[in-house]
Formats: sequence, C-alpha cells, structure tokens
Amino acid sequence: MADESSMVAHQFEGMRQQEESATLGMWVFLATEIMFFGGLILGYTVYRLKYAEAFAAGSHHLKMALGALNTAVLLTSSLTVALAVHAAHRGRRRALLTFLLLTVVLGLAFLGIKATEYYLEYAEGLIPGRGFSYAGPAPPAEVQLFFVFYFAMTGLHATHMIVGLAVMLVMAVLTWRGRFSGAYYSPVEVSGLYWHFVDIVWIFLFPLLYLIGHH
Amino acid sequence: MAAALVPRKTYVSVFVSLMVLLALTVGVDLFDLGAWNTVISLAIAVAKAILVVLFFMHVRYSERLIWIAAVAGFFWLAILLALTMSDYGTRGSLPARTGWTLSATEVSPTSGG
Repeated sequence: MADESSMVAHQFEGMRQQEESATLGMWVFLATEIMFFGGLILGYTVYRLKYAEAFAAGSHHLKMALGALNTAVLLTSSLTVALAVHAAHRGRRRALLTFLLLTVVLGLAFLGIKATEYYLEYAEGLIPGRGFSYAGPAPPAEVQLFFVFYFAMTGLHATHMIVGLAVMLVMAVLTWRGRFSGAYYSPVEVSGLYWHFVDIVWIFLFPLLYLIGHH
Repeated sequence: MAAALVPRKTYVSVFVSLMVLLALTVGVDLFDLGAWNTVISLAIAVAKAILVVLFFMHVRYSERLIWIAAVAGFFWLAILLALTMSDYGTRGSLPARTGWTLSATEVSPTSGG
C-alpha cells in the first residue's frame, strides 16, 4: 500500500483538492451525458405529443412488469454502489470488493431482463424494419416510430450499463490488488457517480416508455 | 471527502424511499387518470432522481462548485426542452401560411415583362 502523499498527482496541493477535481470532472462529463440523453428524450416528447394514440398503443406492447422489476434491480444496484463507496471511505477492502461484485451481478441481471424483453418484442415482430408487424387501430408507421425511439433509448442506456459494468469490474480488480485505502478512493467515488447517473436515466425512461396511460 | 459525513442508515432510508416511490408509480398506473397519469409518473421520477442526486451522489454534502456543475447540466436540459416545446407547442396557434414565397401582388411589376 502506497502512502497518501504518493497518490497525489504533482499538480494538486493535496488529496482533498485532487478529490474535488476528480468529482468536478465527472460532473462536467455527466452534464454532457444529460444533454446526450436529453436530445433523445426531446425527440421522443415531440413525437409522443404528435402521435399520442399510436405511442400509447406501442407502449401497451411493452412488458410493464419486467420494466418495473428492472427499475427495482437498478435502484438496488445504486444502493450497493453507495455502500461500496462508504466501505471504501472506511478502508474496508473486503466489504468494498463485495459491494462492487454485488453491483456487477445486479447490472448483469438488469441486462439479462432487458435482453429477455428484447427477445419477446422480436418474437412479436415489434423490431422496426421490414419485419415490423402491428395489427391494431393505430397507424402502423406511427407505432413503429414509437419502437424506433424505444430501442434507441433503451439501447443507448444498455450501452452505458455495459460501460458501467466494465468500470465496476476494473474497480473490483484494483480493490483486490490493494490500490485503495480510506485516504485514497476517488476512482471508486467517481465511478459510483457514473453508475448513479445511468440509474437516473432509467428512472426517467421507465415512466416515459412503459407508463403511457394505464394498463 | 463528501461521503465521509453520510451514515449508512441514510443510504438504506433513501433506498426504501426509492422503492416506495417505484411501488407508487406502478400503483398509480393501474388507474386511468387521463393526462394526470403522465404528470404523476414524471413527478415521481423527478422525486426519485433528486433523492439519488442529493444522497447517493453526495451533492447535498459536496462543495458549492459541485452543486453548480450538477444544476447546470439539468438547467441546460430545461432550456433545451422549454425552447423546443414552446415552438412545437404553439405551431397551431398562428394562422397557417404557405411559407415565405411572395404572392403575385407582391412581385414587382417591372420584373413581369
């Protein structure tokens, strides 16, 4: 285990300033991520208001129970990340490693449930493109647009989940190698911020996509 | 660091609140409240996001600089949504026009021949 001063890069006055800079840097990156997802949410909102009935018809084909379950899985993973950061601060290496790995398991569970949903939608012919099939009162082209947004938004979110999983695995390896201590754990804290952000995106995607009208 | 001040039971309380809000949003979805379904489900989503940002992401315990960076991201998103929706939301409010092409009476007579 390196001592504290060797973990401070030369441009910083001390550990505290280095930690604040790392946190600020992640928040600036997250601001760009807010705008990234914000553009999709904006486009979705414009067309949902324009094709209200078709979007509601499309939404009723989604598996609301699986979406709600996935929300619960992600919220739980945010708790395990918060507890991981807490353990890191206390210098509890074993607890930190446990919570990081629990987070990875929950993240994989989320992706597994999401993949199941995608498969069910594929089986129903709801993938936009030549194979798209929708037999209902709403115009099929407008319903298809709902599914374009659905797959783009949840797909981009799933991509972020995969990145988050890779980050958490790297943190787990670094923890296992004894890289962190109660005095130095910025990478864990900053990775946690990213994970919580991806959770927040899903917090909004769930009502926007799954909860249109009542079921 | 900011996380230093947060006791573990705060995280658990926040998690329980998030799960209650999730149950609430799914419960409300069982009833047909018209446009209120969307309003309520998005209000609950905002409440959940605020809980995550303030407690899990430690903004409540962070320096003002972090607070500004966090608010700026959501503020710019609000600008994006507000300006775009003020356009799309009011498109029917003005009398329809065919566009910027000049009508016959507006064309200069000298150009005719």
